[in-house]
Amino acid sequence: MRKAILTLENGVTFQGGSFGYEKAVMGEVVFNTAMMGYPESLTDPSYAGQILVETFPLVGNYGVPAFTREADGVSTYMESEQIHVRALVVGDYSTCYSHWNAKGSLSDWLKREHIPGITGIDTRQLTKVLREHGVMMGRITFEGAEQELPMASYEGVNFIASVSCKEVLRYNEGAGKKVVLVDCGVKHNIIRCLLKRGVEVIRVPWDYDFNKLEFDGLFLANGPGSPETVPQTVQHIKDFLANEKVRPCMGICMGNQLLAQAAGARIYKLKYGHRSHNQPVQLVGTNKCFITSQNHGYAVDSYTLPEGWETLFVNLNDGSNEGIRHKEMPWFSAQFHPEAASGPTDTEFLFDDFVKLL
Amino acid sequence: MIDTKIKKVLLLGSGALKIGEAGEFDYSGSQALKALREEGIETVLINPNIATVQTSEGVADKVYFLPVMPFFVEKIIQKEQPDGILLAFGGQTALNCGVELYKSGILEKYNVQVLGTPVQAIMDTEDRELFVKKLDEINVKTIRSQACDNVEDVRKAAEELGYPVILRAAYALGGLGSGFCDNREELDVLAEKAFSFSPQVLVEKSLKGWKEIEYEVVRDRYDNCITVCNMENFDPLGIHTGESIVIAPSQTLTNKEYHKLRALAIKIIRHIGIVGECNVQYAFDPESEDYRVIEVNARLSRSSALASKATGYPLAFVAAKLGLGYGLFELKNSVTKTTSAFFEPALDYVVCKIPRWDLGKFHGVDRQLGSSMKSVGEVMAIGRTFEEAIQKGLRMIGQGLHGFVGNKELTIDSIDEQLKAPTDKRVLVVEKALQSGYTVDQIHDLTKIDKWFLYKLQNILDTNKELQQIDDLQSLPAELLRKAKVQGFTDFQIARALGLEKQFDSEDASLLVRVYRKEQGILPVVKQIDTLAAEYPAQTNYLYMTYSGNAHDICYEQDGKSVVVLGSGAYRIGSSVEFDWCGVQALNTLRSAGYRSIMINYNPETVSTDYDICDRLYFDELTFERVMDVLELETPHGVIVSTGGQIPNNLAMRLHKMRIPILGTSPESIDRCEDRDKFSAMCDQIGVDQPEWAALTSMDDINVFIERVGFPVLVRPSYVLSGAAMNVCSNQDELERFLEMAAQVSKKHPVVVSSFIQHAKEVEMDAVARNGEIIAYAISEHIEYAGVHSGDATIQFPPQKLYVETVRRIKKISRQIAKELNISGPFNIQYLARENDIKVIECNLRASRSFPFVSKVLKLNLIDLATKIMLDLPVEKPNKDLFDLDYVGIKASQFSFNRLQKADPVLGVDMASTGEVGCLGEDTSTALLCSMLSVGQRIPKHSVLLSTGEGKQKAEMLRAAKLLHQHGYVIYATAGTSRYLEENGVPNTLVYWPSEPDCQPQALEMLHNKEIDMVVNIPKDLTTHELTNGYKIRRAAIDLNIPLITNSRLASAFIQAFCTKTLDDIEVKAWGEY
Repeated sequence: MRKAILTLENGVTFQGGSFGYEKAVMGEVVFNTAMMGYPESLTDPSYAGQILVETFPLVGNYGVPAFTREADGVSTYMESEQIHVRALVVGDYSTCYSHWNAKGSLSDWLKREHIPGITGIDTRQLTKVLREHGVMMGRITFEGAEQELPMASYEGVNFIASVSCKEVLRYNEGAGKKVVLVDCGVKHNIIRCLLKRGVEVIRVPWDYDFNKLEFDGLFLANGPGSPETVPQTVQHIKDFLANEKVRPCMGICMGNQLLAQAAGARIYKLKYGHRSHNQPVQLVGTNKCFITSQNHGYAVDSYTLPEGWETLFVNLNDGSNEGIRHKEMPWFSAQFHPEAASGPTDTEFLFDDFVKLL
Repeated sequence: MIDTKIKKVLLLGSGALKIGEAGEFDYSGSQALKALREEGIETVLINPNIATVQTSEGVADKVYFLPVMPFFVEKIIQKEQPDGILLAFGGQTALNCGVELYKSGILEKYNVQVLGTPVQAIMDTEDRELFVKKLDEINVKTIRSQACDNVEDVRKAAEELGYPVILRAAYALGGLGSGFCDNREELDVLAEKAFSFSPQVLVEKSLKGWKEIEYEVVRDRYDNCITVCNMENFDPLGIHTGESIVIAPSQTLTNKEYHKLRALAIKIIRHIGIVGECNVQYAFDPESEDYRVIEVNARLSRSSALASKATGYPLAFVAAKLGLGYGLFELKNSVTKTTSAFFEPALDYVVCKIPRWDLGKFHGVDRQLGSSMKSVGEVMAIGRTFEEAIQKGLRMIGQGLHGFVGNKELTIDSIDEQLKAPTDKRVLVVEKALQSGYTVDQIHDLTKIDKWFLYKLQNILDTNKELQQIDDLQSLPAELLRKAKVQGFTDFQIARALGLEKQFDSEDASLLVRVYRKEQGILPVVKQIDTLAAEYPAQTNYLYMTYSGNAHDICYEQDGKSVVVLGSGAYRIGSSVEFDWCGVQALNTLRSAGYRSIMINYNPETVSTDYDICDRLYFDELTFERVMDVLELETPHGVIVSTGGQIPNNLAMRLHKMRIPILGTSPESIDRCEDRDKFSAMCDQIGVDQPEWAALTSMDDINVFIERVGFPVLVRPSYVLSGAAMNVCSNQDELERFLEMAAQVSKKHPVVVSSFIQHAKEVEMDAVARNGEIIAYAISEHIEYAGVHSGDATIQFPPQKLYVETVRRIKKISRQIAKELNISGPFNIQYLARENDIKVIECNLRASRSFPFVSKVLKLNLIDLATKIMLDLPVEKPNKDLFDLDYVGIKASQFSFNRLQKADPVLGVDMASTGEVGCLGEDTSTALLCSMLSVGQRIPKHSVLLSTGEGKQKAEMLRAAKLLHQHGYVIYATAGTSRYLEENGVPNTLVYWPSEPDCQPQALEMLHNKEIDMVVNIPKDLTTHELTNGYKIRRAAIDLNIPLITNSRLASAFIQAFCTKTLDDIEVKAWGEY
């Protein structure tokens, strides 16, 4: 196994062995504390530009399922068409896998998609460094390989443009209510969750002015990077909110931040984000709490929510915003992922709430 | 938002430790009591298990050492008038008792509110039919089963479902009376047994080979739910989860599978209406996402204790708070103290639970693993690779394994057969198969163990082979050495693989590897268990060590204020909750004396591995290597080796050689005591008598020795082939048979033979000394004559029938020994006494099993005293006169023969009990009655079967037989006994042995027909023949759940007790009221 080295922006290094593609890369290093779900995480477009550290050490155990698509083009098992992380960092990669539904190993998949993977890393220590310092850039290099150092930045980069669809895609045409889905890097399970509820989905590119379309509801998807990088999308949402014809809107993750921005609230970057399957949120004003799946580095500043808007969910651990809603209009969003995949499915009912409003 | 009307709460404990219901309930009960105390609620505990931590001073406000039976609980409710009752923290015993109290209207009558899960919900999960119906309502799949009330229906159901089927007795402790049947014959046998435990038997289609997955689920009264942990069994369905190696979190489930089962678990807990904690067990198809719910436990369980320790989430504590009305979001995560208790722990390590069996202690026991539990304890190993966790775990179970590889070769007849029909040697058979060239696929086909686990085991084997290729230590590449350590190899395993044992003794070889390894900079790191995988800072002291890492999570003070207490390891026969109590008491004293208390232990069932019981907890191995790793980091003021039983005691000398400060009695003295020769020499020197003994290496030498001392003799082989480790032989025949069958005699494996004194009393001295002077002591007396292991014997304290002269001599000898060995700390000496002739049979320079019992009866904490002495703190000689107690404590043993199919339920010199209780009373009879009821004996209603062994024992039993007759009992007796009773004027009915099948009435038939309420069967001699008449009667009594006593002195005492006292005579008094 060739030696691979992860060097953080602050000079701290971690050495491990390579089990993926051997190409030097650079990206924002983030950690995720989920204990399973690596095929879903790797294909989650929200990880674009990032090097993913799994705190749970054993990865690769159940291999990788087939990369097939359903008739409508949605992946059977994955969350998008390809791996989006820049590189994967784990503690103990399982060279042998076992699962009835596996079609190959994680290692082969990484190699096929030219994504580096490092194993043998003290991912707990690495996580503590990131926790104390905050997320930072990191670079992965390989011993004995040509040391052409890659350069990359994360801040200010519009990753959404690179992961969004390039043209309008329609699913379930003629099924009934029409939902415009703004693809900032949508996870396929959001599409599945909508289709399962019998609506027609019109998936549009991030900068597409959907206001000119005929539709019954707006859905703002998740996506990578900072919401500040897509003012066009925010403007389209503002137009939607200002439209005299009031139609329901729901947002997820990046969608929450975009809706908040369109409403007039401010966004800030978290020290090290929330990436896990165990984030507790409370529905404000109730005793109802939910365990949620999350993947975000930015958050809405609840104090900056304008008149007419309120906090919908709040994080029980650090009090950060987990969703907003309009006090009168049928507009709401969640910072977490009700579509899960990967993660707990406790909040999938939000899709029902949305579809009922249509 | 808690219910403020609740001011006083009664908690039901689980009683004696037994197979299927062990130390985990001391842990859950202790946590619940702590949670209630925090709220200022007055607590009342009923639990006869006197060795537990929960029955110690300062845990509950009032403790009743009484049986957890509706009769006694009602009396306590009447007296204490509690507002609420907790049923979920004392295992099945407490749950069943609670359901009975509810059904009979007692709870309502006294206006006692059940806190937490409502009783209806409990009943919905306990009654299989109700349970299936309940889950049908929400379309959750269960294992289809048919409830049958008679054997004929069971047969019919099995034919319909098709074999193999599984039978389960409703309302039974974790699988009691359950099992698989492949055909009609097996079914008939099992069905009868199952009906003896329950009026209802369930027949199900077997899903052998499916994965077994468990979830621990929590729900509050606001309907908020979390799953704290999931666990995957290494062994597929078909092997009871208590018998299975378990991994947490699951390792072979995809995200979708994990969350499918998680969502179902939450759906189930909501529908059933649990408030608190429950456990959901699934069968999961290894070829699809199909599942069945196996069962739901609406209470804290062994799995929930494991889940608490595996994740750091205090399930019992939280469940108790939820019972009071809190919402999960109103509680804090007790590890981070800042984040919410409403969350699901994220682990960044794996844990591996491995059961500990002691089947070798039982004659004739069926070793095959199945759907009923036989293991007596368990360990939990933590690692950052699976290989590391399982190798640690295999060492922890304390059965001489060095890990997965590097063990003594296993000799078995057929690998194929053993893989197909797993026994307690399961993992070793897999190792042997891999070693013999079986592929992972082949092993998988035979065992249905998921290939992922097998690949990982293969990795260990491959690394071992790589190591074996290396010629000497200096040519061992650092990279390979590191890989081996990451995979959990010990220095010893590496030394063995390198062949270093050829040149050096094994201890030196391991040390050489250690030195070389440290030179290479390959050192373990200390990691925290923080529930959130480092996402938030946590000041937790819950630690483990791993080689998969490059930085410690904590900083060391190096201030010499730490004291390390070595724990007692896995619960097993001979060492269980009593040593946990000792360890916890030592930690308490350390803390209050201003020292930093540090515990090393790895038993998930204990209170000592609760991270808030000490200042730092290393949940790790008690091997010399790991203990040294900890000590090198801690550089403590000292180490306490005398409160954790034999494991730490055995480490004393090796640690001493490494210049580790051992607190208390010096390791040289410990060695002088442990080494038979040195101890004998000392006894001779100070003029203390011992039964004559010799270590012999040939049959001829043995014969010469026996010619001199005469039969019977006690034989203790150093190398045991099969069966029990020691035996009493009464004649040449027995001696030869035992040595031939069970042991090897050779130069390398000497056999210790000692003269065995019959009809002698056994007396125990538990004491604490300072610099050789006894400061406090407790003398107690066995009810049985010597020959019954002290761990199985019924013990009375203070002694009731010892000569004053005997006591005086025992005190004198004890003082001499304490002085000679310059004891500072706890110790125990066992004596034989016959006609004031006193002999020492054993001496241990550590706390003994009876320390908690005598401490609590005396109300003087001997461990606290001993710890203070070990710390050189001033102590006063307690001004207590032993014989001033105007009450008696009786410690009785709990046996689990009903779990151990085919084992002969007879007592001998080797210990067989799995637990004990201790009850107090105004007199011996009251205390004995309470303690016997607590260990599952019942007062017979009408009839007793007597077969009372040889002449002397028959005579001993005569008075009791007369009493039985006077009190209107019908006496049945086998031939010899019947004749003897007849001659002595006791009317009885003759019944026949199984060997006389043509005569009527047949004893066995009467047992099967439930015509006998109690069996007293005294074996004729002290050897055990498996298929004798007596065995059949004894075994039938156990299998049919009829109380059995096999010792004449105990039987007499019990009969005397229930003939002279009724339950109503027993005054319900709390510990503090004595």
